[in-house]
Amino acid sequence: MKIEITNLRFTYPTGLEALQGISLTINAGEQVAIVGQNGAGKTTLVRHFNGLLQPACGSVLIGDWDTKKTSVAKLASRVGYVFQNPDEQLFSRDVLTEITFGPRNLGYSKEKIDGLVKRALALTELSDKTEINPYDLSPTWRKMVALASIIAMDTPIVIFDEPTTGQDALNVARIANVIAELRQEGKTVVTITHDIDFCAENFERVIALSNGQVLLDGPAREVLGREEILAQTYVDPPQLTRLGKRLGLKETVRNQEEFLKAIW
Amino acid sequence: MAFVELQNVTYKYPLTKTPALQNINLQINEGEFVAVIGPNGAGKSTLCYALAGFVPHFFKGEISGTIEVAGKESGKSTLDEWVLNVGLAFQNPFNQISGAKYTVFEEIAFGLENIGVPREEMKSRVEDAMALTGIRDLADRSPYSLSGGQQQRVALTSILVMQPKLLVLDEPTSQMDPIGTREVFGTIRKMAEDGMTVVLVEHKMEWIAQFADRVVALKDGSVLLEGKPSEVLTSDLLAENGFGISRYTSTAREAKKRGLWKKENLPVTLDEAVAGFKL
Repeated sequence: MKIEITNLRFTYPTGLEALQGISLTINAGEQVAIVGQNGAGKTTLVRHFNGLLQPACGSVLIGDWDTKKTSVAKLASRVGYVFQNPDEQLFSRDVLTEITFGPRNLGYSKEKIDGLVKRALALTELSDKTEINPYDLSPTWRKMVALASIIAMDTPIVIFDEPTTGQDALNVARIANVIAELRQEGKTVVTITHDIDFCAENFERVIALSNGQVLLDGPAREVLGREEILAQTYVDPPQLTRLGKRLGLKETVRNQEEFLKAIW
Repeated sequence: MAFVELQNVTYKYPLTKTPALQNINLQINEGEFVAVIGPNGAGKSTLCYALAGFVPHFFKGEISGTIEVAGKESGKSTLDEWVLNVGLAFQNPFNQISGAKYTVFEEIAFGLENIGVPREEMKSRVEDAMALTGIRDLADRSPYSLSGGQQQRVALTSILVMQPKLLVLDEPTSQMDPIGTREVFGTIRKMAEDGMTVVLVEHKMEWIAQFADRVVALKDGSVLLEGKPSEVLTSDLLAENGFGISRYTSTAREAKKRGLWKKENLPVTLDEAVAGFKL
C-alpha cells in the first residue's frame, strides 16, 4: 500500500518546528530506511502515518485514506507501528495475550488470528516464551515481543522505529529476517535506524532527514555514498563503504559481497 | 590492589534459578577504559548494576565474592555512600529521567542537589557538563519533549556532572546518531585520559576498537575472553558464540579465505583495514 505525503508541516506545542515541508511518496511493497541526526524529525514523521500526530499543514494519504479524516483505530488496520521503546507499547500479562491483542482488535476470524499469531511467534523465535510476562523478559526480548505483536496484525504497512537498538548480532539477524519475510509478502516497510550497516544490507531506498526536511532520498547505493552531505545530519556511511572509498574503489560498495567483488 | 576489583563474584536475582554472573574476576586500573561486550543475556547489565551497587543493594538476590571500588567494599557500604564514587547511565534513558524536573538543566542538576553541592558550583558544573556533551541548546526543554537520542545524551550528562571516579555506562549511545556516537566515544576517551575509570557496555565494535583500552567479552555470566581490542575482537571465538564483530574484521576474515587478505592479523579499525587491503 502506498504512502503519499504532501508538503507536510508539524509544530509541537512548545513551538518546535519538527517537520518543515516534507513531500514523499513511498510505493506499495517498497522497503525504505529513514536515517538522520537525533531530533531531525524521524519519529515525528512516522507518527503521522498512523494518525498519532496530525499535520499542521499538508497531508498524509495511506492508500486512499487521508489521515486527517481517519481515526487512529481505523488506520491501525493499514499501518502497524513498532515503537522505539517497547515499554511504551507492551501492557499484557503474557506474551501470547500481547501478540493476540492487535489482530483480535482488527476483528479477524479466530482461525486467522491463530495463524497470524503462530507465524509472528515463529518469525521472532518467541514460540517458547508465550506464557511469560513481557516485563520478566530482558529488554532485547521485549523488543521482539513488540515486533511480533505488530507483525501479527498483518497490516499492509509496517513501521519500525529503531528496531536494532541494543540488540546483539543474533537478534539483528532475526530482525533482518523478519524484514525480508515482509518484503516477500509485498508489505510496505518503513524503518528508522541509526545502524547504517544494517541499513545498507537490508534496504534498497534510503531517506536522510535533517532539521525536519528531506536532505537526501534515493537508492541506498547513491545516498549512502554521499559522505559529506550525510555528515550534515550526523550520519556516517557504512563501514565497508568508507573502507571502499579509502581504498579508492570507483563504485560505492554497501556489503561484503560487493566489496570483495570490487577488490578482486 | 586495583582501583576496581571483583573477586569470585557470583550473583543470582531473586526468583531465578541460574546465576546472572558466575565467578567473575576482574581488575581495572584507575583511568582505564574497559569495554564489555556480549550477546543478549550474557550478564552485561547485571555487571553494570553490580559495579554501581544496585546489585545487591536494590535488586536483592544472592551474591557471593567481593566487589571493591576505590578501596571500599560494596557489601560493607550503603548505596548513598557508593553513589559518591560510582555513576551509572542506564541502558534505557526513559528509566533514568527523574520525572521530577521540568527542564533539562534541572534534570542534570538533580544528582548534585541530592548530594548537597552549593548552588553556584552546581550551576557551573551543569553548564560545563552540557557543553561537554553538546546539549546546551536543550537546557530549557522538558526532558520528556526530547527525541530518544537527545534523552540519552541528557541521561549521560546527568551522570557525568556527578564526576564519579568510576563511570559505568550501559549502552549509552544505543539511540544516538552515528557521528554523535563517535563524538560521545571521543568524550569518554578524554575523560578516561583525565583519570576517570570507565566501564562501558556496547555493541558498536568499530568505536570500541578505536577508543577502549581493554575488552571483556561476557557469555552466560562468565568472562569468555579478556584483553586488548585488537586481540579480543579478532578472536574466532566471538563469531562462534554469537558476538557481533565489525565489518572490517568479518570481511577481512572472508577475504583471507579467498587469499585477498595477506596479513596474519585481522583488522578491527578502518585504518587497519585500509593498511591491510592496500598490501
